[in-house]
Amino acid sequence: MSDARTAAASVVDPEIRVITIDELGILRAVEKDPASGRVTVTITPTYTGCPAMDVIRADIRRALAVAGHPDAEVRTVYSPPWSTDWISDSGRAKLAAAGIAPPAPVPAAGVVPLTLAVRCPHCGSPETEQVSRFGSTACKALWRCRSCSEPFDHLKAL
Amino acid sequence: MNGPFDFTLALGDDALIAAQRLAEWTTRAPEMEEDIALANIALDQLGAARLLLSYAGELEGAGRDEDALAYLRDDRQFRNVLLVELPNGDFAVTMAKLFFLAAYQLPLYTALAGCADERLAAIGAKARKESAYHLDHGALWVKRLGDGTEESHRRMQAAVDQVWPYTHELFTADLAAPVDPATLRSAFDETVGPVLAEATLTRPESRWSPAGGRTGVHTEHLSYLLAEMQVLHRAHPGAKW
Repeated sequence: MSDARTAAASVVDPEIRVITIDELGILRAVEKDPASGRVTVTITPTYTGCPAMDVIRADIRRALAVAGHPDAEVRTVYSPPWSTDWISDSGRAKLAAAGIAPPAPVPAAGVVPLTLAVRCPHCGSPETEQVSRFGSTACKALWRCRSCSEPFDHLKAL
Repeated sequence: MNGPFDFTLALGDDALIAAQRLAEWTTRAPEMEEDIALANIALDQLGAARLLLSYAGELEGAGRDEDALAYLRDDRQFRNVLLVELPNGDFAVTMAKLFFLAAYQLPLYTALAGCADERLAAIGAKARKESAYHLDHGALWVKRLGDGTEESHRRMQAAVDQVWPYTHELFTADLAAPVDPATLRSAFDETVGPVLAEATLTRPESRWSPAGGRTGVHTEHLSYLLAEMQVLHRAHPGAKW
């Protein structure tokens, strides 16, 4: 059981290759049927149209096969919906180290969201501005630092 | 409409046709950032369409999957509202369509998230987060263009006037549906009113309300859209890459 979980958890996101699917919070469960040995992995997409899902499913099956679990099924669930709050602390640290500003906590329902400054992942300055509300993947927006002038990706709070 | 299959198919068709129209902007948007934005919104719509059409196929129980429903139906079998099939027009028309569609889809998906059907509830809970972002984006542009230059104001008002009549069809009552669209009208009005006011735009008084999409009676524009969307699948059935 634990090695199947470890194998699935080690799969990296194909579009943000510094972070694993476990750290991203899209790996929901890994279960092994003790009788048949069949492993069932449950994942959830970040965005409904995320084009990386097919690659992620294939990568999970490949990782499990390498770890000695050739009989594996990958299920996709949509509820509860993924939230950037599910990104682990180690995942946030890796995003920042790769130049992607991690998301702020998602405000609770009914709370008026206060827009906090997004810190530049390169120099740490809070003097940043949004360049584009959408970025290179569905989950990112494009920002720019006014202090060091570097552009950077920001993972949008969802 | 009658029951969960028709309802799910209709919402799936709304999302699919909206996605196809938005994708037409790819490489043609007025600036790079907007090109990416419209492609991303199209991708969200396509994601919702895939979930809804897959589920519609299961509800129907006739062995049709998402591809069969998307690529192998003719115009009269599509159930999308006319709003989403209208041509993109200029950028202002596209933004008016995007804004009105999001102002309808957000309360729709929110209501769906609390409905008794577990699958529809899961899709609603997922899609509403994305709709909220589309609504923000559309509202931002409506305000920027409406309260912009004389020319941008003129074109944004013309776009609102042109698209507005098609919003009424979104709220056609359907008591048999998991969420009666007529109940979404007040949320739509509460969203749209203040944005138009801030954009210094006038809400049209027009009572003309073209409809027919939900029963398969479409504008001529849908046929051209479907021809382009379906040609590859029909020419090469079962092709994969």
